[in-house]
Amino acid sequence: MKGRRSPVFAKISSLVLYVFLPFALLALWQGLFALGVVRPLLLPPPTRIAAAFAELLGNGDLLRHLGISMLRVCEGFLAAAALGIGLGIALGLSRTLEKSLDLVIQLMKPIPPIAWVPLTILWFGIGEESKVFIIFLGAFFPILMNTIDGIRQTDVRFVEVARVFETSRWRFVSRVVLPGALPSIMTGLRFGMMVAWMCVVAAELVAASSGIGFLIMDARQMMQTDQVFVGMITIGATGKLLDVVLRKIERRLIAWKVEF
Amino acid sequence: MSSRNVFAGLTVDGVSKTFRNAKKSVHVLRDVSLKVEAGSIACIVGKSGCGKSTLLRVIAGLETDYDGTVTLSGSVLRGPGRDRGVVFQEPRLLPWLSVEGNIAFALQGLTPFEKRRRVLRYLKKVGLTKSARSYPHQLSGGMAQRVAIARGLVNQPKVLLLDEPFGALDALTRIQMQQETLRLWEALRPTMVMVTHDIDEAIFLGDQVIVMSAGPKTIRKKLSVTLPRPRDRNSPEFAALRREILAEFFVDA
Repeated sequence: MKGRRSPVFAKISSLVLYVFLPFALLALWQGLFALGVVRPLLLPPPTRIAAAFAELLGNGDLLRHLGISMLRVCEGFLAAAALGIGLGIALGLSRTLEKSLDLVIQLMKPIPPIAWVPLTILWFGIGEESKVFIIFLGAFFPILMNTIDGIRQTDVRFVEVARVFETSRWRFVSRVVLPGALPSIMTGLRFGMMVAWMCVVAAELVAASSGIGFLIMDARQMMQTDQVFVGMITIGATGKLLDVVLRKIERRLIAWKVEF
Repeated sequence: MSSRNVFAGLTVDGVSKTFRNAKKSVHVLRDVSLKVEAGSIACIVGKSGCGKSTLLRVIAGLETDYDGTVTLSGSVLRGPGRDRGVVFQEPRLLPWLSVEGNIAFALQGLTPFEKRRRVLRYLKKVGLTKSARSYPHQLSGGMAQRVAIARGLVNQPKVLLLDEPFGALDALTRIQMQQETLRLWEALRPTMVMVTHDIDEAIFLGDQVIVMSAGPKTIRKKLSVTLPRPRDRNSPEFAALRREILAEFFVDA
């Protein structure tokens, strides 16, 4: 921070900078409606979307569907995090293990989670398991790959320090390798969370009777475009919120890293 | 020297090292021998690329593929060990551990209580008690290197190996660190081998100064420095030694 400008002023001006564009877009949007340029059925104005939002919030539908989607994401994401980090550490530490699993991983990785939907419906039906499985698949690979990467990037200079002091294997992994890999693991978790969130909506769009994706699909069939928008905006806002939470955790865990 | 006639210090005997790849082999050390009395300081000076850091890495056990032998208190060294403390060019502190944690990292198999006591004792010796809970990025270069020295000493090693430890510090801090190193050495009396490119530093600290040449990467000259400590960098004797060492560097130029 430069000069003698008050920190309050700086905070406000940075906030204005942050929200200016979204508000300008909203104003433009509403203006288009007022001028009668677009058909409300295709692009309902923000005021109507806000009303739909209030209605869905009021009758509890929005929170119910959001809650169901969040639960699915949590289950799938936690399973992916546990397995992805665990397997990532094992593969990062053992060249033999990595070599033996590499081809399978490389072949599975490019398959989009959505491509698994037909198969999971056959396997699990359209119940909870199929969604959680899709989410798991989506979040697993980014977490796994970033964990392996982080471990591979262990600083050789620190490896030498550990050798010089004859550090035990366990201590070497817990004090040198894992903390060093943590930034990369956190990147994987944040990316995995984003994919998980995208997967749940996609899975619910295809086959579900609840969840935020279902809400959107259901509203489209009823030609309630304003509710479609409510669903989409909720997805965006929730995704952003989840990332903020993970970023907070990341800051806390990696406080030692000097930011620039 | 003990009654069983075992040399208590460090010896390097006929050490050569060659890096080989498919096309050619490069000698990085050729037939290096030296002897460091227990409790004395040996300083190795030389231009960059003369193999002085490689020699230190051989003693530290970080290089394993070499000819010749290195012995400490009569036993032949193979690989790293906690009987040697190492201070690298850069402090190499783990950024996610506090100062305390970094020093404790070197210790193995002590009770938490004993560990902490030991860490605090060495922190006090390097004058950083107040920074125990700081993190490396909060320290100045000199402070970080003092933590590294405490980490190198905390196992009470027989030898402390220092690889151009003050090379990255500014001139004033460097002189201050040299004085502190001397103070630490007088208090603890470890055998010390220090690699440096600073001739004054070598004369100020060393009981012997070993000059290495880059031509054939071997020892060109060994001088023993018998001036009483603390040494006056401006005394005629100091200047004479400096001239003698400097002359070695320009013989093959």
